[in-house]
Amino acid sequence: MSSEIKQILTTDGIPLEVSLKKAERKNKIKAFLLVAPLLFFLIITYVFPIGDMLFRSVDDKMVTQMLPKTFKAMENWDGQELPDEEVFAAFHEDFIKLVEDKREGKLSTQLNYTKNGFKSIIKKLRRKSKSFEEGNYKEQIMSVHKRWADIEYWRAIKRRAPEFTSQKYLKGMDMYVNEEGKIVSVEEDRRIHRVLWLRTLEIAFFVTVFCFLMAYPIAHLLATLPMKYSNLLMICVLLPFWTSLLVRTASWMILLQQQGIVNDFFVGIGLVADDNRPEMMYNKTGSYVAMTQILLPFMVLPLYSVMKTISPSLMRAGKSLGGTPFVAFWKVYFPLTIPGIGAGCLLVFILAIGYYITPALVGGASGTLISNQIAFHMKSTLDWSFASAMGLMLLSGVLVIYWLYNKLVGIDNIKLG
Amino acid sequence: MALKKDFVKFDKVDKSYDGKVLVVKDLQLDIEEGEFVTMLGPSGSGKTTCLMMLAGFETPTNGEIYLDGKAISSIPPHKRGIGMVFQNYALFPHMTVYENLAFPLRVRKIPKDEADKKIDKALSMVSLQGFASRMPGQLSGGQQQRVAVARSLVFDPQLVLMDEPLGALDKNLRESMQYEIKHIHENIGVTVVYVTHDQSEALTMSNRIAVFNDGKVQQLSSPDELYEKPVNSFVAEFIGENNTFVGEVSDISGGKCKVKIANTDILANPISVKGKGEKTKISLRPERALINPSDKMDNIHSGKIEEVIYHGDHTRVRINLLGNNQFILKVPNSSANLDIKLGKDIKIGWNSEDARALDPS
Repeated sequence: MSSEIKQILTTDGIPLEVSLKKAERKNKIKAFLLVAPLLFFLIITYVFPIGDMLFRSVDDKMVTQMLPKTFKAMENWDGQELPDEEVFAAFHEDFIKLVEDKREGKLSTQLNYTKNGFKSIIKKLRRKSKSFEEGNYKEQIMSVHKRWADIEYWRAIKRRAPEFTSQKYLKGMDMYVNEEGKIVSVEEDRRIHRVLWLRTLEIAFFVTVFCFLMAYPIAHLLATLPMKYSNLLMICVLLPFWTSLLVRTASWMILLQQQGIVNDFFVGIGLVADDNRPEMMYNKTGSYVAMTQILLPFMVLPLYSVMKTISPSLMRAGKSLGGTPFVAFWKVYFPLTIPGIGAGCLLVFILAIGYYITPALVGGASGTLISNQIAFHMKSTLDWSFASAMGLMLLSGVLVIYWLYNKLVGIDNIKLG
Repeated sequence: MALKKDFVKFDKVDKSYDGKVLVVKDLQLDIEEGEFVTMLGPSGSGKTTCLMMLAGFETPTNGEIYLDGKAISSIPPHKRGIGMVFQNYALFPHMTVYENLAFPLRVRKIPKDEADKKIDKALSMVSLQGFASRMPGQLSGGQQQRVAVARSLVFDPQLVLMDEPLGALDKNLRESMQYEIKHIHENIGVTVVYVTHDQSEALTMSNRIAVFNDGKVQQLSSPDELYEKPVNSFVAEFIGENNTFVGEVSDISGGKCKVKIANTDILANPISVKGKGEKTKISLRPERALINPSDKMDNIHSGKIEEVIYHGDHTRVRINLLGNNQFILKVPNSSANLDIKLGKDIKIGWNSEDARALDPS
């Protein structure tokens, strides 16, 4: 064989590849223009915010910029003993500037994230600093409050020197960098996030299981009933979709509360005593019940679309070949529904893991999820960078699950309809 | 071992789905062991329903079905031991050919080495050795069909049901599969009940054919008898091509009857007419009418050629005869018959024996 590849020419003598590209160019441009609006929309509403979130979660420039001179002076400080006068003087200079700009409050908030106790001493420092004399700032600052003489607080300030930080992520896992610069867990009784992560996984897992158990028979009925009944059933499945999420959650509150319909019914049939009504809301039970109901259609629909394509003659074939109805189901029908099960479970699990409104309303203290914590930091503490960090941890968790799923089942096997 | 006369027996079976309409009416059908019986009929005639009742997927509304002497209405499908080939093959798409064939053997707990032997045998029967590890999706339609046949036979059932198994294949493949299934049947002697709406398929393959219409078996007989001697006008029209005359019996005597059509009397063979004045429909196969008839024929009439269609081995001639302008003749392609021209008047004759006077409907 000759080593040089012969170029194929069209009848007009133009190289075939060039000619093909030219012929296809118009279609390619058309195709691109068709998807361009969506692409544009996605970039603005998705890529930018996610990028911004990622940036925020590691960005720690704020303190760096507020105390530039202090950090410069601290460069030579080994952290073994209290910093020397140079550092205190630089800190004073930075601080006076912040007070002039009325930004010392922000500094106190930021430093308080690193170590509790900064808020009050910064307030005090602001008041006292007005009467400071020039020189010997170390003595003067240390005399404002005994914490200013505590090396721990100065170390805490130094830890905020880098422009980027992983501390938000560590905090999300109840860990922090301690005074020696090691990553350690917080004390046991303050580990709120780990509990929340585990609970989120647990609730998402069980909601997925419950949804699957309930959706499978429904989807099967939908796929096999005659048209006039299956349409009605389909409407019943879709009806929740057409109702506001808030309304549905609120109706669960009516049903599940202690004086609610379900409890009344249980008392009515003598299942529980009137003075011993079980709490079915503001705890995990509430989250389980409401989330399962709300996420059910996301399991039913992919299952239905897969089951619809399975010919009823396959089950018949299984039976006619001697399989009992169970064997025919288990060996023939069930394996064919796995793509739908995969799609439904993935969908429900991923939705459940980031669920917010429902657990916030019916979950109470023991039924809230990590997303409620994220919302809390977005709205109440305004620690957006921490909220972003947790949001990204959630996102990467979902990606890990997706990857695992791909390894186990294969993403090509998924069928959404 | 003597072959049982009524291996499968439908005894007064009725079937209704909605309680208003009977899909199968008073079905009485005996199938001999080792026989190849085809249920033939237009769609909606109840033939598939009968098959499904036999397989156990539908229950008879009334009556009983016997298999090898045992009433089977209360036996669930998986215990009947009947092999079945479905319309769209119903191969399990997630299993290889081997696993598909192993399924009926596994549920019967047949040891693996024995099962492997049976699978090899079944695959070689349909000439698909070497395909065991393929998935059904990788096979052509004809190959899938053969796997389905092999699967229905691999566990040595006494009875195999086939529900329009060749419907999805193209014409050439269908014909070759017909012979293949026929040969398999002849070789292993299993009883086959076959459902189709394709009459040529039924004629090719079957020992006997049950022609279904309107929930009833119209005629149950061998292919040649069905074609040559249809007992009613539905069968006559459904099987093969057919020329008909509608008229009134004017005389009946000596095994012949005179039927008055368009002011002309023709002689016919009285099958379902009893007396004078009855309305009747006469059925005559196109190949039984000849042009240039010999004088021995007792019906000789003349008509005008309206259309000539050349078919290679024969020529199809449409003639206006006795007021029926759809009268078809098949003229063999031989030199003696070259005198066929559009618009020409020709003489046509047939024996009264071949003109069967049937019910008028």
